[in-house]
Amino acid sequence: INIVLVEGVRTPFLLSGTIYNDFMAHDLARAALLGLLNKTSLPKDAVDYIVYGTVIQEVKTSNVAREAALGAGISEKIPAHTVTMACISANQAITTAVGLIAAGQCDVVVAGGVETMSDMPIRHSRKMRKTMLTLNKAKTLSQRLTLLSKIRLGYLTPELPALTEFSTNETMGHSADRLTAAFGVSRREQDEFAFRSHSLAKKAQDAGLLSDVLSVNVPGKGIVSKDNGIRPSSMEQLEKLKPVFIKPHGTITPASSSFLTDGASAVLLMSEEKALAMGYKPKAYLRDFVFVSQDPKDQLLLGPSYATPEVLEKSGITLDDIDVFEFHEGQILANLKAMDSDWFAQTCMGRKSKVGVLPIEKLNLWGGSLSLGHPFGATGARLVTAAVNRLKKEGGQYALVAACAAGGQVVFDL
Amino acid sequence: RRAQFRKFGCFCVNFSRTHVNYEVKEDVAVIRINDPNSKVNTLSAQMESELTQVMNEIWANDAVKSAVLISTKPSCFIAGADINMIQACKSAEEVTKLSQEGQMMFDRIEKSPKPIVAAINGSCLGGGLEFAIACQYRVATKSKKTVLGTPEVMLGLLPGAGGTQRLPKLVGLPSALDMMLTGRNIRADKAKKMGLVHQLVDPLGPGLKSPEERTIEYLEEVAIGFAKGILSKKIPLTKEKSLMQSELQDYVMGIEFVRKQIYNTVNKRVMKQTKGLYPAPLKIIESVQTGIEQGPEAGYLFESQNFGKLAMTSESNALIGLYHGQVACKKNHFGTPQKEVKTLAILGAGLMGAGIAQVTIDKGIRTVLKDTTEEGLNRGQQQIYKGLDDKTKKKSITSFERDNTLSNLIAQLDYQNFDKVDMVIEAVFEDLHIKHQVLKEVEAVIAPDCIFATNTSALPIKDIAAASKRPDKVIGMHYFSPVDKMQLLEIITTDKTSKDTTASAVAVGLKQGKVIIVVGDGPGFYTTRCLAPMLAEAVRVLQEGVDPKKLDSLTTGFGFPVGTATLADEVGIDVAAHVAEDLGKAFGTRFGGGNVEMLKAMVEKGFKGRKSGVGCYLYKEGTKNKEVNPGFQEILGSFKMTPSAAVSSDADVQYRLVSRFVNEAVLCLQEGILSSPVEGDVGAVFGLGFPPCLGGPFRFVDTFGADKLVQKMKRYEEVYGNHFTPCQLLLDHAKDSSKKFHK
Repeated sequence: INIVLVEGVRTPFLLSGTIYNDFMAHDLARAALLGLLNKTSLPKDAVDYIVYGTVIQEVKTSNVAREAALGAGISEKIPAHTVTMACISANQAITTAVGLIAAGQCDVVVAGGVETMSDMPIRHSRKMRKTMLTLNKAKTLSQRLTLLSKIRLGYLTPELPALTEFSTNETMGHSADRLTAAFGVSRREQDEFAFRSHSLAKKAQDAGLLSDVLSVNVPGKGIVSKDNGIRPSSMEQLEKLKPVFIKPHGTITPASSSFLTDGASAVLLMSEEKALAMGYKPKAYLRDFVFVSQDPKDQLLLGPSYATPEVLEKSGITLDDIDVFEFHEGQILANLKAMDSDWFAQTCMGRKSKVGVLPIEKLNLWGGSLSLGHPFGATGARLVTAAVNRLKKEGGQYALVAACAAGGQVVFDL
Repeated sequence: RRAQFRKFGCFCVNFSRTHVNYEVKEDVAVIRINDPNSKVNTLSAQMESELTQVMNEIWANDAVKSAVLISTKPSCFIAGADINMIQACKSAEEVTKLSQEGQMMFDRIEKSPKPIVAAINGSCLGGGLEFAIACQYRVATKSKKTVLGTPEVMLGLLPGAGGTQRLPKLVGLPSALDMMLTGRNIRADKAKKMGLVHQLVDPLGPGLKSPEERTIEYLEEVAIGFAKGILSKKIPLTKEKSLMQSELQDYVMGIEFVRKQIYNTVNKRVMKQTKGLYPAPLKIIESVQTGIEQGPEAGYLFESQNFGKLAMTSESNALIGLYHGQVACKKNHFGTPQKEVKTLAILGAGLMGAGIAQVTIDKGIRTVLKDTTEEGLNRGQQQIYKGLDDKTKKKSITSFERDNTLSNLIAQLDYQNFDKVDMVIEAVFEDLHIKHQVLKEVEAVIAPDCIFATNTSALPIKDIAAASKRPDKVIGMHYFSPVDKMQLLEIITTDKTSKDTTASAVAVGLKQGKVIIVVGDGPGFYTTRCLAPMLAEAVRVLQEGVDPKKLDSLTTGFGFPVGTATLADEVGIDVAAHVAEDLGKAFGTRFGGGNVEMLKAMVEKGFKGRKSGVGCYLYKEGTKNKEVNPGFQEILGSFKMTPSAAVSSDADVQYRLVSRFVNEAVLCLQEGILSSPVEGDVGAVFGLGFPPCLGGPFRFVDTFGADKLVQKMKRYEEVYGNHFTPCQLLLDHAKDSSKKFHK
């Protein structure tokens, strides 16, 4: 079965704590879903299945896909589920959809992702939760009072959702700074790349190339139709920034790391037969994908280096055949160096020689996660849509999408 | 043009130096140290002289504005002074001179007009730390291998190159005393908190080079950055004192009265712990005190003079001997085993079995723990979990590492998959019939090349192996309780045990982190056999009316870490009775003295020692003060013996206990149970708590004098008979004072 991408959309990606401040995750997901249905004029009962990816889950809407679907007026008879795989959650949603179609389970699937960092579930401490749960079971007043009297001030310290790896207790930023050091990525190179990302994003935005961005009406605040994190500045300004994770000698600054972002994305996938039967003109074929995983401490963000050669070999094409590269901009420079290193290929990847030099002139030409933002759960679908739109615009044949995530990673070949 | 010059301005200077080199990067001199002949860097004569040369060149070179000091070894900055260099000295004056040379060198480093940044990766100990704290700035990697400390006290010495003077200024009086008196290793993150280092650098994973190589390179890059930052005044040299606590501490420490109180308290604590048997800790306190109260000149002088004096003490000699012995017993002298043990099975999930499992699973070896009952198995698993969880609470491992480690443990009640096991260690009840039964059961299910090790404290291995179809694969592995704390492993080979089996057992023991002695077979092997006569003597002493508390204070006063009565309770009165009876049968009246029946009477009453809550003492949870068990005193009453006044002074009681221990140890060497005095000393100290300040039974004979010991024993022999008959080897040494066990 040929699986095709009919359309992809996303809400504008906004800095957390700005206009989406009052939205819950399912609100954003609903906006993306509705936008997709409206853009494609897809009848609400034509969808067979909905899959969404998200990272930090709102406990009230743990199956955020289902809540968004119901809110978007999609028939309650259509099942939906939510997946999570750190920063490649949306990629996981898309590949899940591909699997459902390939297995003949469904013909039409909406896959997407959502993240809001404006509102995060902050919990009571474990001790406090335990006391409160026991309190529920206490029968008499004196039992309750005894329990309450055991509460100490320390119990009230809240627990914030962690952006740390559970297994290593290291924050992503810290790990990334170590990774750049391991590959000898200089501060200058990172600043230059950040500058490039913002400049390209700005250009694409001004030229109207970011056609996947929807207009979203935010109650009480108005209509948003542009990403608000794109800030082209000068190298001089970037040089002045101080490192954020490893102080004072680290190399990653606020400019060379993604800001906290809110946003949602969605893609419409169908079997080719169904798409044609419904009168759609598919934008691209989804050919192949792989997931890989490595040591969560020292190779946390190196997924693309491992996955790129694997998926190319699987599809029988080479790096030179690819016209469009859309890579998640999380430690992309370290990945580029890794792919260009014989030592790394031989020692860590078990390959005879290096993967090769990735042509930077084909990479992320419309900006990337550094400039557009990175709502964890939603980025994967943005990458795929951007790759597809660039293929059409630039007239290429193959696109490669890669992203790194905590522990796992994915590559598409379009 | 100038820029070009700078680009190529990195010139390497390398004449005929082998240990220290330097390279000038822009205006920073990078000094790299590496002893080509050793795994670790030590401050040997060669190293010191090359360092001095290099420093002189750097100070004379106008193109150099600052320096970085770094080791190119992957896990060692400088591990300390060269012990052999100190040991080669013949007099205190010679050692004092060494100390003064070190002091002078570090004084010049401290006063260097060009800032020096010490870039530390791996062990930074003793003289290495003294060097580092003389530098203007310290950057350390957060690697697990990076440890800082002043272990001199463990060798009976004091930090003799300015450590007692600089450390209090750097980390404050209490922390400095704590470091120098315990000699413990401090991890990098703790060192940062204490103010021992200024900055931390994260170890790197694989990138374009190996992690080790790149981490050192990165450390160097970062250190160069700091060196430049110090010159440009962007990096302050003063300690960050934002914490109220440290300001408060500084204020309090400024009061003479408070300091006096501290010296007194610490002195008292040291006296209580060492019973005055170890001179080094007291001299450390005194040296610190002299420096603070009388000024640096007096302080440095005191330090160097006492460093010299301490180096000549028998205690230091004993401790250094033990250090060398420990290093020797951490090597496999039997070659590489044909097959690596990847899966280990342990039979019996008791205290021992579970303890052995705990020290195995964290080395990545799959470990099957088998017991016969669900309760037993559960108890063992709980013990292992608690052992690991305690480490998590102390933050020496993460909860993830704990869980990951536990995933290597397979608990089961049957022999499922025993055909895939490489080695079995049985730790079932000490009864020959049960051991035979287990051996047969196991041999029926294991692969032909699987090794069968038996953990027993007294049963001869050949008796156990008698039931085996393949005695070449049978070996004894005697662990000491608690296994995760006690360092010693006594491996026992029979005539039939193959060399490969031995190599394999030693390899497993080393992986478990043990210090290993390999001894011949016989009742009680080496350790239990030495302990038995001493315990027999202790029972007699008690029967003669010495109070258990008195007995304890006499033995701890001699340097044993645990008193003999308490030790008996810890070992278990039932075990002691069992061993005494078995060895009594094997060795005859020589092992007599106290009445075994008294131990049996205790067991009958349920006074089995600590594990049953009553033994010689009463044990109550939550309190450390223990009372003598009145029931035990009643039993003592019915076994009363009359002491002989001629041999019952406090000192005589001490020597009666120790001489029987020592004589038996020497006899073990004479009979070939032991292959060397070194192993005898290591086994006695690490397994049985023989006083470390005496260095072990053999070192004790050398220092005390075999003739003096024999004289004492002859006096006791007149009263008690053959219990005190010196063995031939001891007599030989007594006759010829030039005969020494240690060269």
